[in-house]
Amino acid sequence: MPKVPMNLLRFGLKPLAFVAMLAPFLWLAYSWYFAFQGLPNGLGVNPQEASNRFTGDWALRFLLLTLAVTPFSKLIKSPKPILFRRMIGLYALFYALAHVTSYVWLDLYFAWDDIWADILKRTYITVGMAALLLLIPLGVTSTKGWIRCMGSRRWRKLHMAVYGITPLAVIHFFMMRKGIQIEPLVYGAIYLVLMVPRVKARLVTRRKASPA
Amino acid sequence: MFRRSSPWQEKESEVTPQSVYVNRRQIMAGAGALFGLTALGGIAASARETRTLAPLKAMKSDFDPGEELTPEGAVTSYNNYYEFGTNKDDPAAEAWRMKVTPWTVKVDGMTDKPGNYALEDIVDYNALEERIYRLRCVEAWSMVIPWLGVPLAPLIRKLAPQSGAKFVRFETLADRSQMPGIRWPVIDWPYVEGLRMDEALNPLAFLAVGFYGKELPNQNGAPVRLVVPWKYGFKSIKSIVRISFTDDMPRTAWMKSAPSEYGFYSNVNPEVDHPRWSQARERRIGEFGRRETLMFNGYGEWVADLYRGMDLQKNY
Repeated sequence: MPKVPMNLLRFGLKPLAFVAMLAPFLWLAYSWYFAFQGLPNGLGVNPQEASNRFTGDWALRFLLLTLAVTPFSKLIKSPKPILFRRMIGLYALFYALAHVTSYVWLDLYFAWDDIWADILKRTYITVGMAALLLLIPLGVTSTKGWIRCMGSRRWRKLHMAVYGITPLAVIHFFMMRKGIQIEPLVYGAIYLVLMVPRVKARLVTRRKASPA
Repeated sequence: MFRRSSPWQEKESEVTPQSVYVNRRQIMAGAGALFGLTALGGIAASARETRTLAPLKAMKSDFDPGEELTPEGAVTSYNNYYEFGTNKDDPAAEAWRMKVTPWTVKVDGMTDKPGNYALEDIVDYNALEERIYRLRCVEAWSMVIPWLGVPLAPLIRKLAPQSGAKFVRFETLADRSQMPGIRWPVIDWPYVEGLRMDEALNPLAFLAVGFYGKELPNQNGAPVRLVVPWKYGFKSIKSIVRISFTDDMPRTAWMKSAPSEYGFYSNVNPEVDHPRWSQARERRIGEFGRRETLMFNGYGEWVADLYRGMDLQKNY
């Protein structure tokens, strides 16, 4: 790996990453601008359903991307990728919120009775809603102030919740699709692959802690 | 990676005949050449052998809800036809691979006239009718489509089911070489649907070979499909290759896949929720909001009698 100067990372690559991760949302907004006028648009003939899926896909992708940061920085033996982790995580929350907004506003148009019934009756929505609610505290405590306030040990423990939230999102996706479909399984497989080094490390420390 | 992860999946090399993947390579080579041509500024000719859809003559019928037709482009680009992929735009992109002429329908089971019938023997192209029906999908969207075809009842009578036959079972083509979605075990292929005999004999049950004045495009179930407008769309099985008469209730593809979600009857019913979709409202494609779903999709006048005395919560 060539050395990347810190300033280039902070003031060059970070803004670039910010824009890149916003791009899907900008495309969505652009498509809806046409859809609202009843014009052909990238979301097809059922844009409500398409934007539910689109925002959900991106929320899941960014969740997996946050999980990929640590293994990646270990792979390249540099802590620098960690600089991007908070931004990626907040984008995961952003797309998850866009996902719910799409469902509540565009799809069901604030029919709160129906929405409440969906959350209670439809297991895949219950699971998805739980994933979102659990993600919110992680987003709220993402600032330096909160890390200081909580203490880094407790803060890290809280943020390890993402190990449980991501599979909830995958299960939500799997249950939403009819039959056994390949896409949710791919996301699930990526999650498992990203968890392998973590589980391994945990087993090693446990073995060290209690020698047989 | 994911292909090996599950024991229920076979290795692709074990199940794809050599002729198929050699053929696939030719297609890919063709696509590559095409891309090269396009890159060179040549005209982006289509590698697909898309069928020209012949216009069909049909007489008008009384079946017209008087509602605005769904734009043809929406009906041909937004499809559930999992044999070609699970995304809504997969069928329009992939279904050109299906060869629909000549087409043979196998008739078997409890009938006095079993055999392999040419499509033209089953559908009289000189007696086509146009019927405008609402189509309501279990995913809570709907369309209004001007189908061209023939009523199912006379055909059933012509095929002479025996007196013990209580059900009609339909099967969709399941050919791996023409249908890329079949590589994935989304459901247990082939797709199977069925009707009770009296449902099949109901005047609304229709066998469509076209819509919007011409033949059906492949993604909409060419060359022949069922249309059962008072039931969720998945009952209206596409690209029929087999019709069987039986005395026990056919296990349909979706019943096998998720029995708690899909019953045999699958009548449009706003009061019986699907575990994953409230059925009370629907989105008519082209409209922003949702509208109330009608009992039996608004066809109760013709079909409610079929289910009198039945508990539709149980017989969903």
